[in-house]
Amino acid sequence: MLGASLSRYPLEGYREKCATKTVLGTRYATKPIVLDIPITIAGMSFGALSANVKEALGRAATAVGTSTTTGDGGMTKEERQSSKTLVYQCLPSRYGFNPDDLRKADAIEVVIGQGAKPGGGGMLLGQKVNPRVAKMRTLPEGVDQRSACRHPDWTGPDDLAIKIRELREITDWEKPIYVKVGATRVPHDVKLAVHSGADVVVVDGMQGGTAATQTCFIEHVGIPTLAAVRQAVDALEDLNMKGKVQLIVSGGIRSGADAAKALALGADAVSIGQGVLFSLGCNSDTYIHKGQHIEATQDYAAIGTKPGFCHHCHTGQCPVGVTTQDEVLEQRLEVETGANRVKNYLKTLTMELTTLARACGKQDVHHLEREDLVALTIEAAAMAGVPLAGTSWIPGRGF
Amino acid sequence: MTFDLRRTALRGLNLPAPGCRQAGASRHVVSLHPDGAHSIAAGVDAPINIDVLGHAGYYAGGMNKTATVTITGSAGTGVAENMMSGKVHVKGFASNGAGASAHGGTLVIEGDASLRCGISLKGGDIVVGGSAGSFTAFMAQAGRIVICGDAGDALGDSLYEAVIYARGKVASLGADARFEPMTATDIAALQELLGHRRPQPRPQAFRKVASGASLYHWNADANQEY
Repeated sequence: MLGASLSRYPLEGYREKCATKTVLGTRYATKPIVLDIPITIAGMSFGALSANVKEALGRAATAVGTSTTTGDGGMTKEERQSSKTLVYQCLPSRYGFNPDDLRKADAIEVVIGQGAKPGGGGMLLGQKVNPRVAKMRTLPEGVDQRSACRHPDWTGPDDLAIKIRELREITDWEKPIYVKVGATRVPHDVKLAVHSGADVVVVDGMQGGTAATQTCFIEHVGIPTLAAVRQAVDALEDLNMKGKVQLIVSGGIRSGADAAKALALGADAVSIGQGVLFSLGCNSDTYIHKGQHIEATQDYAAIGTKPGFCHHCHTGQCPVGVTTQDEVLEQRLEVETGANRVKNYLKTLTMELTTLARACGKQDVHHLEREDLVALTIEAAAMAGVPLAGTSWIPGRGF
Repeated sequence: MTFDLRRTALRGLNLPAPGCRQAGASRHVVSLHPDGAHSIAAGVDAPINIDVLGHAGYYAGGMNKTATVTITGSAGTGVAENMMSGKVHVKGFASNGAGASAHGGTLVIEGDASLRCGISLKGGDIVVGGSAGSFTAFMAQAGRIVICGDAGDALGDSLYEAVIYARGKVASLGADARFEPMTATDIAALQELLGHRRPQPRPQAFRKVASGASLYHWNADANQEY
C-alpha cells in the first residue's frame, strides 16, 4: 500500500476520524443492511460448527456491529437470538430451509458455490450428524450428508432471476439478496448475478476453507481471491453497476491489511470464515475452560495430527471444541470466551484497516482506491491489475 | 376476494393472504388471468383457499403453509417448492422440479410432471396422476411420491428415506434405488394417498422404490461411476 507522504496528506493515526460504516443491499431491498464495519462473518453451518460456536459468532458480530451468516443446515435459534444482523443462506441442499426463518433473517444469500469447492457441493460426514443436526436436515442420524452442488428448483441465470423474485415476494421485498459465487469464471458469473437481480454479489476466492471436500478440490479448483476481486470489480464497472450492486469478497482474508487491499481494489466489504475460527482457538494447543488454559495436544495426537496444522474438522473430534458435535468436546468452546475472542479479532482487524486507510489519507475506509496499491511481484501485479512497484507496468496491459 | 392479475400487481394477491387470518376476513381468494405469472401464492401462511384460474408460472404455491392452492391449468417450474404444509393441486401438467425440497403438505398433479419431480423432498406427499420425468425423487430425503403413469430414467437416484410408488413402466432406476416388496403399510399408504382419485387405482398395481442405502456412507472402494 502506498502510504501518504508529500504528494498525499495522511490522517493522524489513532486520532482523526476514519469512518467504517458499510451499507449493503441498496439496489432493490427496502431495508438495506447497515453495518458498523465492512468485515463480516461468512456462512458456516451448524453441523460443521457446534451450536456454541454459532452463538459465539453471533454475539461477537453483534458486539462489533457486523453481520454473521447461517450455513448449510439452517438457522439455529441461538444464532438468531445472538445476532443483531443475520444473513440466511439459501443453499442447494435446502437443509432446514423454511419460510419462517427466511422472514426472520435480515438478508438472504443465495449460494451458488464456495471458493474452496466451486461446483462441488459438499459432504458432512456421519460422525458429525448428531440427533439435532439430523433433525434439522431431515436425515437419519449418523448418515453422511451430501450437500448438493445444484439448486433443486432452478437452472441458469434466467431461472435464478425468477427465484430471486420469489424470495422477494415471500419477504415483502424488504431484505437484501446476496448471490455468492465461488471464484472461477468471475467476469461472467458476476455479470449474470447482477442480471439475475442480486443486490449484493459475494465472490469467494479459492483460499476459502472447508472441511467438506477433498484436498484435490481445495487446492486445484478456483482462482485466488486477489485475481477474483479485480475481475469482479471490472465486471461491475463494465455494467456501470459499481456502487449500485455491492461486492463482498472472501476467501483467505485474515488481517486488516487483507481487508484494506480488498477495499482498495473495489470491494465494499469482506467476509471471513477460517480466520474467525482461528480466533476462536482452532488449531491452538490449549482450550479455555473457566478461565484456565487446558492442554489439548494429546487429543490432537489421538486423531493423528498436531496443533498448528490440524485440518481434521471432518472427524468431528475437534480438540478445542470448534468443529464438533460431540457433547463433551463442544463444551471446550465456552460461548462467552469464544465471543470475546472473535470480538477482539474483529476489532483488531478494524483497527488495522483504519490505520492503513488513515496512512493513505482516507477519512473513510471506503475511500481506499486502486491507486493506493502497487504489487511486489509480477504475478500479483497481473492478477490485481495494479502496477509492479517502482514501475507503471501492469502486466497484460502494455507498457 | 378476487384478483385479476391483468389489473393487479402480484403483490396485491400475495400480500393479502396473511391478512386472511383475521376474523371476518375472506378465506377464499380467486386469481383471474394468471397468464403464467411467476410466484403466484408464494409464501402464503394462512388456512385459506386460493383458486388460480388458468396457467401459473414458476414457483406457484412456493413455500406454502396451511393454504390450499388449486391451479386449474398447468404449473411452471418449482410448483409448491419447499412447501411446509397445506395442499397444492394442479389440474393440468407440472414443469420441472415440482414439489422440490418440500417439507410437508400434499402436492397433487393430475397430469404429467416433468424432470426432477420431488427432488430433495424432505417430507410430505406428491401424487402424480400421469407420468413423471427423469430423475424424479433425486436425493429425496423423506416423504412419499406416487406416480400413476410411467417414470423416466434414473428414478429415485441417490434416494435417502423417501419412498416412491410407481404404477407404470420405469425407464430405469437411479443410483442406489431399488424395488422393494409392497407391504400392508404400503398398501394402506397408497389407499390414503389415492383416496381422492376416481376411479381409484388399485394399490396392488404399484411397485415400491426405495433406497438401497449403499450411498449412506462414503465408500472409497465404491465404483465411482455409480
